[in-house]
Amino acid sequence: MIQTRALEYAYPGGAALIFPDIDVAQGGVLLLSGPSGCGKSTWLALVAGLVAPTSGEVTVASQPLSALKKIAGDAWRARAIGFLPQKLHLTQALTVFQNLALAQWAAGVPEDAARIQATLQALDVAELAKRKPNQLSGGQAQRVALARAVLLQPQVILADEPTASLDDETAADAVALLLSTASARKATLVIATHDARVAQAIPLKNNDQIGFQPLHLKRRQLSNT
Amino acid sequence: MNTLFFAWQYLWARPMGAALNVLLLSLGLASITFLLLVGAQLSKAFDRDLAGIDVVVGAKGSPMQLILSGVLHIDVPPGNVPLKAVRELEKHPMVSSIIPISLGDSLQGFRIVGTSHAYLEHYQATVAQGALWTQPLQVVLGATVARKLGLQLGNTFAGAHGLGGGGHMHDDSAYTVIGILEPSGSVLDRLILTDTASVWKVHEDYTAAPDDTAEDRKAMEDDREITMALVKYRTPMAAMSFPRYVNTSTEMQAAAPALEITRLLSMLGLGTDVLRAFAGVLLLTAGLSVFIALWSAVRERKADLALLRMLGAPPAKVAALLLCEALWLGVLASVVGLLLGQAFTGALAWLLQLDNSLLIGGMVWPLQLWVVPCLALGVSLVSALLPTVAAYRVSVLELLQSR
Repeated sequence: MIQTRALEYAYPGGAALIFPDIDVAQGGVLLLSGPSGCGKSTWLALVAGLVAPTSGEVTVASQPLSALKKIAGDAWRARAIGFLPQKLHLTQALTVFQNLALAQWAAGVPEDAARIQATLQALDVAELAKRKPNQLSGGQAQRVALARAVLLQPQVILADEPTASLDDETAADAVALLLSTASARKATLVIATHDARVAQAIPLKNNDQIGFQPLHLKRRQLSNT
Repeated sequence: MNTLFFAWQYLWARPMGAALNVLLLSLGLASITFLLLVGAQLSKAFDRDLAGIDVVVGAKGSPMQLILSGVLHIDVPPGNVPLKAVRELEKHPMVSSIIPISLGDSLQGFRIVGTSHAYLEHYQATVAQGALWTQPLQVVLGATVARKLGLQLGNTFAGAHGLGGGGHMHDDSAYTVIGILEPSGSVLDRLILTDTASVWKVHEDYTAAPDDTAEDRKAMEDDREITMALVKYRTPMAAMSFPRYVNTSTEMQAAAPALEITRLLSMLGLGTDVLRAFAGVLLLTAGLSVFIALWSAVRERKADLALLRMLGAPPAKVAALLLCEALWLGVLASVVGLLLGQAFTGALAWLLQLDNSLLIGGMVWPLQLWVVPCLALGVSLVSALLPTVAAYRVSVLELLQSR
């Protein structure tokens, strides 16, 4: 599902990141770990097609990203990638329902109220549809943000530091929710984190079954060109 | 839900800021609306009341005073002219027709104008109730006069001497209301019209002594005066020579309405220029405030906007969202500004009692007023330009790195 080959990205400043090759199968889980500054965000941006690599190639769902033009890339990303940002970024001015409608608007697909309701239902937050984000608890807000990420049934879910602001118990719940949501939708899940609790929360004995694989990035890979 | 809906929600996510910007923009727009309305109504009133009157002949003095008093009925006349002299002018080959105007009395601030039926025909007035006068001391009321004074057919009243209120009452000669005019939008609406002879009769009865003989009366008749005459030319060429003829060869002066009003408007010009500059400064401030608001909105919402990019929105769509927010500001400010401007104009007309004279005061929409919404959208869109570019360029990487 996700395949990277000889991936390199150089910041305009000059420092370059070199990433190891990786293959993640459909429905697989990739745990992207490493200290901050090691290039996790950049790797996510590369896989989402938001930035072009300096060299190398990313293929997501058999789509080589280098072949996508800008606008086509936006449309592709809307459907192929579900993104759960660290700070959730639910729009405070809109209700939960409208936040999901905003995602459909951004993706350029017609508003589908039934789909929104069904997605909220699947994440147990249907009754919160009319609330504003500031009326939600942390866990509820994360479920809403996850609903927004999977609304267009993407093949890949990218979760950026999903446990950063959570206590141990909710962190484990959050990871479990991510795993179950991704597997229910047969989506490939990438969790980028520097939080050791995430790895602990992933049930070890089922590792093979869920196709779990780690990708540990080290700060050492940051080198000057 | 579409771009306009989301832009509206974003705008009112910060209600105080949004309201302040709408208010600032509205104030500037209201000033401009006010200027446009007053200007349009004045020039409409001038055009309407001056139409077809080529020259006004009256007593020597200020020509502008002659026009203001005799045509627009907002000033006192410079004096009277002998009826005989006017009769002479009527025979002049360049003169097509003459409407006599006699001023002097009023009723609660409304002027009683002695004239001929030709005056009503000139403004194409039609009678709503009753008929036109056939003998002295019968009056026809303009629509506004009838409404404001509550007079009806058959009512009688005595005029007061002078054009303001509170002059000597001519109690011994009562006028009878015999007709009421349809509203015409012209100066006639606020006049009380009667035969020229009524004015003579009222004043001769007043000055006459009980023991006057018929000869005394005859002598008074020879001395009869009117206030001025509205003259229509037979040929446009007359404009070249007729006024000079009147001014040099007679005791009277001739004033061309078009010329005097142009002079008046150019004198008012300075005042309106100051007001216009003031409105401009207000608009500029408002534009700046909109710019600051949108700019800080982009900064605050950088991550939200980046998320929209992440969710698949092309840069143009993100920029459009911001532009629509500015658009809403412009639309709201247009509506509020126009309403405020109309209210200002109405209040001014009411305060100065100008609705009796020049300003209509009500809701009107002259064509120039389209400038206001155009200006509103122009200012808000120009102010949104830089913030929109910033929104267009928002980088998704910043979202990922905003930790």
